[in-house]
Amino acid sequence: MATIKVKRPDLTAGEKIYFGSIFKGMVITLRHAFKSLFGKSVGADELASSGMGITMQYPEEKWDAHMPEYYRGTPALVTDEQQRERCVSCQLCEFICPPKAIKIVPGEIPADDEWAKVEKRPKEFEIDMIRCIYCGMCEEVCPEQAIYLRPDYITVGTSRSEMVHDKERLYEIGGTRVGLVNKWNELK
Amino acid sequence: MDTTLLIATAIKIGVFLGLTLTFVSIAVIFERRFSAVIQDRVGPNRANLPISILGFKKDLALPIGGLTQPMADGLKFILKEDFTPSYVRKAFFWLAPCMTMVPALITMAVIPFGSPMQVGEHLIPLAVADLNVGPLFIFAIASLSVYGITLAGWSSNSKYPFFGGVRACAQMISYEIALGLSIIPVLMMFGSLNLGHIVEEQAKNGWLLLPFWGEGLSVERWVTLPPLIITFFIFTTSIFAETNRMPFDLPECETELVGGYHTEYSSMKFALFFLGEYAAMIIGSALIVTLFFGGWSIGFGIDGLLPTGAWWVSLIHLGCFLTKVTIFILFFILVRWTIPRFRYDQLMDLGWIVFFEAALINVFLMALLLAYPSLGWTVIPAAIVLVAATIVLIKIAKSATQPSAYTTSSV
Repeated sequence: MATIKVKRPDLTAGEKIYFGSIFKGMVITLRHAFKSLFGKSVGADELASSGMGITMQYPEEKWDAHMPEYYRGTPALVTDEQQRERCVSCQLCEFICPPKAIKIVPGEIPADDEWAKVEKRPKEFEIDMIRCIYCGMCEEVCPEQAIYLRPDYITVGTSRSEMVHDKERLYEIGGTRVGLVNKWNELK
Repeated sequence: MDTTLLIATAIKIGVFLGLTLTFVSIAVIFERRFSAVIQDRVGPNRANLPISILGFKKDLALPIGGLTQPMADGLKFILKEDFTPSYVRKAFFWLAPCMTMVPALITMAVIPFGSPMQVGEHLIPLAVADLNVGPLFIFAIASLSVYGITLAGWSSNSKYPFFGGVRACAQMISYEIALGLSIIPVLMMFGSLNLGHIVEEQAKNGWLLLPFWGEGLSVERWVTLPPLIITFFIFTTSIFAETNRMPFDLPECETELVGGYHTEYSSMKFALFFLGEYAAMIIGSALIVTLFFGGWSIGFGIDGLLPTGAWWVSLIHLGCFLTKVTIFILFFILVRWTIPRFRYDQLMDLGWIVFFEAALINVFLMALLLAYPSLGWTVIPAAIVLVAATIVLIKIAKSATQPSAYTTSSV
């Protein structure tokens, strides 16, 4: 294979003196400084800047309005428009959960219940938010469209037990979700 | 000695020391905020007065954009554990931070902060010591700070600080030469080493680099401008190197040496290095302003219209001086966040091959230009010799700065 000798490009006289480049660099940094002082930095609008640089002043302003559709926050259980708990405690999410954050105790639905044909619903459903890694596998694996990753991102507590979301809390976060496939309505 | 002078000196020491230390903390917050806006960030903007520790319900949030941050920083440094590793050489380890901080503060003594003030029958200069060897005093004392850094590197008894110390030692001594040689044209211009006289001269006849009034409009002044501009470049760059600021901060470059010479230091001892660096930067800015930009003078002939010795004039001049110093501190910060760090051999080349020679030639150039009005055309042979010497020096410097390893032909 033929060797191609590449000649290193020679510096021009201006580049050798070096001061011109320094001055150009200073103009660039100063332009950044002035732009960010007046909130005109590149990307300031997209990142919802608070007026200086591209930074949002977090506790005063929040991301809520700018959250993308695909954001994966706190996992939560949902009910549908018929106020039915969608979870049938099949425990698939419990088994797929990589950090083993989910714990489900299945329970039977009594025969006199409106939804007795569904047979099972969780007696206890706990997600340990200290363990959760927000991977979204539970949402992906769920055959009943019962668990969703919500855009909530502030999960705080002052003790470990507070960081474990129980069933009640999970439904509170998840709320009602409409437009899901209601396969149990067709079944006898 | 008159008691008035004694009391005045004591007051001056207190006020100027306080002023310098305040400026150090202001320089730190400026550095953080300015670097932040350069990088499209915000920087520390929400330090409150922590009155909640006194029992109040909430911290007092003043609308001053985090200017209380230096207080919080200082408090943190005082309250942190002062850890001394077991393997260091204790005496020198303790001595080194002081030897960095103290010279930087001592050099402040000869800087004229404002125009002389009339107190009783005395006209008191607003410099702690109105020495007739001002710049020499500053160089003599400032070069002591290299001991602090070298001792810190050596006494830490650990390899990275040692590298940092060695680098600092070589770098500061190299640039001391360029620093000292480069201001000789300035001293030839004024014929005086007294910083107070230099500033008064500039107030009357135009700042050294901006001679727009008084005798500054004469042809002689404008002809001598080129060597003075060269002087300004060399002097400013050498001040950067002397204060270990970017782009010459090799003694403490984080990417290679962890923290450099102060890696093993913690708490207030580290803070002393930090403050010493910023104090040196402030004194450097003050010296540049004093020598090249008219020190405390307002400029444009306004100083001549104001009464001499009135206290309010002195205060106006003090404010003018501090404004100029602040502008130069901002310039220092801007340079830090603009220019990347030099390689070590480039640094040495720049100091020994470029600046040393350039300063030397500059001295002779200035001498020729100053001698021309009195000697006339007899300076021409000297000029020819100077040009020849310059060409030879540039040839030598080129062969020295471009080792054959870098050229493609030898590969």
